[in-house]
Amino acid sequence: MNSNMERIYNGIVKENPIFIMMLGMCPTLAVTVSATNGLGMGVSTLCVLVMSNFIISLMRKIIPDQVRLPAYIVIVASLVTVVQLLIQAFVSSLYAALGIYIPLIVVNCIILGRAEAFAAKNDPVSSVFDGIGMGLGFTIALTIIGLARELFGNGTAFGFQVMPSFYQPISIITSAPGAFLVLAIIITIMNGASISTAANDKVEGCDGCCATCGKSCKKEENA
Amino acid sequence: MTSLAMIILTAALVNNVVLNQFLGLCSFLGVSKQLKTAASLSGAVIFVITIASGVANLIYTYVLSPLGLDYLQTIVFILVIAALVQVVEMFLKKAAPAVHSALGIYLPLITTNCAVLGVALTNVTNGYDFFQSIFAGFGTAMGFTIAIVLLAGIRERIQDNDVPAPFQGAPIVLLSACLMAIAFCGFGGLNLG
Repeated sequence: MNSNMERIYNGIVKENPIFIMMLGMCPTLAVTVSATNGLGMGVSTLCVLVMSNFIISLMRKIIPDQVRLPAYIVIVASLVTVVQLLIQAFVSSLYAALGIYIPLIVVNCIILGRAEAFAAKNDPVSSVFDGIGMGLGFTIALTIIGLARELFGNGTAFGFQVMPSFYQPISIITSAPGAFLVLAIIITIMNGASISTAANDKVEGCDGCCATCGKSCKKEENA
Repeated sequence: MTSLAMIILTAALVNNVVLNQFLGLCSFLGVSKQLKTAASLSGAVIFVITIASGVANLIYTYVLSPLGLDYLQTIVFILVIAALVQVVEMFLKKAAPAVHSALGIYLPLITTNCAVLGVALTNVTNGYDFFQSIFAGFGTAMGFTIAIVLLAGIRERIQDNDVPAPFQGAPIVLLSACLMAIAFCGFGGLNLG
């Protein structure tokens, strides 16, 4: 149980997928115009991640090594379709807000990355906890970015007016450039506080493909 | 709006795939360190996205839609893209070794570039026909090329500059992207109707 708690702590703090690992940037920047959207996207990804980690871990001895990536993609894509249909049926306002970014969870680097880095090597229970930890870390990060953008760009938080009435919302924060700006400021603050983040290394060198990133970087180290 | 030139212009500039829709950000941030590699990657992206848009459209129109299997589109498209990337790689290796050696290492990475799947899904949502899909795909890939080549150019200049310590690495790149996104917002004012 102790090591499971450690997995969750690891996902939320030590290896936070967004602030530390810088994985899954596309939904991070695209859907975080409000805290609610960020939370919705985070929870959807969390569900897919937990289930995919569980299934892939169960099947890790059956899937041949050569075809593992296509097999993972099929598993993840099926789960994403299930989640997409569920959201469409029960939370249609969220479905309208997230739109194309729900099916794009398939190519979210975090999911294939965790499958490759953790679920393929560990037992189902700890894989589930790894999924919960990483998913929560992703959800929290998205909610923070969404909250910041909504607060300064719209003066609200989760749809409620919180800024005083004399505050002039900076509308560019909720439009596309604001996403880059907010993330840049957050990483700058982390750099300033000397929290080591892989974000800089990633921008500095990696091949830019998240799903194979862990693998190819390791290869370079070995070579 | 439906004419093909308009589709290309809209996809490349107004709805720029990276700066406006945040697709393909991983490679946008990761492979933009040098102008040369950025250009090679763009070549591969143009190639794959254009073909993938056409193939995805054919499969949707003639297989998924008549059978009422629309809900399988995500699974089918990602498999088609993965297979297509393999085929393209093998074909290039045989037919055009020079192109292959220039683009080779980037081709497998494109499978997980969300811009490819994103375009295929957007085309279905927009109800584009075969030619419209191909042009939309080509326009999107051009938009990606413009964005990543510009960013690579900026980053090559940044290397010679004295950036304050906390801004070094990712933040300065994100800030450059932010300024580019503001510039591209200007295209939103174009009246393409």
